[in-house]
Amino acid sequence: MTNAPDEPKPAAGTPTGPVLFYTETLLEHFRNPRNVGELAEADTDGFGLVGDPSCGDQMKLWIAVRDGRIAKIAFQSFGCPGAIATSSMLTELAEGKPIEEARRITDDDVIEALGGIPENKKHCSLLGVQALQVALGDWEGRQAAKAARS
Amino acid sequence: MIYLDHNATTPLRPEALEAMLPWLGERWGNPSSPHRFGHDARVAVEGARERIAACVGCRPSEIVFCGTGTESDNLALRGSAHALRPKGRHLVTTAIEHHAVLHTCRALEAEGFRVTYLPVSAGGVVDLDALEASLGPETILVSVMHANNDTGVVQPVEEIAALTRERGVRLHVDAVQTAGKLARRPGDLGADLVTFSAHKLYGPKGVGALYVREGTPLTPVTTGGGHERGFRAGTENVAGIVGFAEAAARTFDGLEAESRRVSGLRDRLERQLLETVPRVSVNGAGSTRVPNTSSLSFQGIDGESIVLGLDLRGICASTGSACSTGEPEPSHVLLAMGLSRREAQGSIRLSLGRATRDEDVDVTVAALAETVQQLRRISSVR
Repeated sequence: MTNAPDEPKPAAGTPTGPVLFYTETLLEHFRNPRNVGELAEADTDGFGLVGDPSCGDQMKLWIAVRDGRIAKIAFQSFGCPGAIATSSMLTELAEGKPIEEARRITDDDVIEALGGIPENKKHCSLLGVQALQVALGDWEGRQAAKAARS
Repeated sequence: MIYLDHNATTPLRPEALEAMLPWLGERWGNPSSPHRFGHDARVAVEGARERIAACVGCRPSEIVFCGTGTESDNLALRGSAHALRPKGRHLVTTAIEHHAVLHTCRALEAEGFRVTYLPVSAGGVVDLDALEASLGPETILVSVMHANNDTGVVQPVEEIAALTRERGVRLHVDAVQTAGKLARRPGDLGADLVTFSAHKLYGPKGVGALYVREGTPLTPVTTGGGHERGFRAGTENVAGIVGFAEAAARTFDGLEAESRRVSGLRDRLERQLLETVPRVSVNGAGSTRVPNTSSLSFQGIDGESIVLGLDLRGICASTGSACSTGEPEPSHVLLAMGLSRREAQGSIRLSLGRATRDEDVDVTVAALAETVQQLRRISSVR
């Protein structure tokens, strides 16, 4: 495999250690994760809670849908740097997207957007995508329930 | 950079580096060669053996140089098992051993040996009653670490030695985390086999040693020439052995004062942290520990994320054994102490050393407080 063009080279004097195993983009999302928090009950159109039993990671994700698009998205994550950064990147990719497009986001899309992720961390990147799928399913369920009531 | 990962490895003492250089340069002879140039290297190796024996409290002839601590553990376990097979096929160890011992035990199980893995208390100390109960007529070897690498908790090795000696069972002690840290000389523990590693006591990587009490039955794992009295074939790592001896001599000299200094810093770090950061606990706090180690569990956040948060702030810490970093499994040591998976996952290890100063403690506590607060803001778990 060749180096991805956006894979930043560590500058001289960069501290060694786990930092070098992660791309600058991933580290940036770890330091400043986007869309952290939760949506108010009244704002929430869909909610997803997923966990990775192999490592104990857990993620909660809230979405608000307006005019068929993800208008607001928020997450909370208990997990490793990979889990936090991939969740953050996922919310960035999904925000503002039409539902159908959001549904098609894969973990490879998230990994690519982060400029790659260490091999042993790939399973962490699944959580965000899974949580979004669950939240979208929840939204659909709520839509169906609403339709049945009216 | 503040380096708080001394249980993973320590910096090479400058004096050790200095002592090694001639043996990497102009004095490159083979200690087994039949000429004066080789003899020069032999004298260096044997001189180093004497210095290390004096540090740990044994005869020079009882030191076998190996490539690493892991290799020494392998020689102790496999060598004993193979030598004592006619006597029995049962080994006893603990649930909290280093993987060098645990995975070797697994390999011996595959060869037909039976292994008992003893539980530990919530404080991380091996259960002596369980140990005594586990010893049977088939038992040939007990292997217990002197102190645990994740928690620093010291095991009652001398009491175990009394039990094993009484029953004629051999005892192996992995002293990699205590040599150069505890005043008690490893040779005085009553064990038949003791493992050492140079790079944990400010020596070079790539050299370890096994103390083999005179008369201890041991079958070599590596076969070849008659090096190291036939216990470990292969040309000696002359420079590494010389560096090991120089580092050991200097680390053991003044050990008590340095241990007091470091334990003072460790205790202050834990005190400040408990005052500053909510929902944190110190693993093994009530047990006797080596002076430099602190195992900390933070509720609701992940240890790897804490380590990265500290790394980004210039502090080197660890989630536990460097050998298992990258594995999704949380520390088997903390799980054996009864922590839940999630508690174990939220744990980090800080291990202090010679270079650690007062101000490092303050900086580390502040950085930890900041990191923990940031991660708890993100966390979905309370």
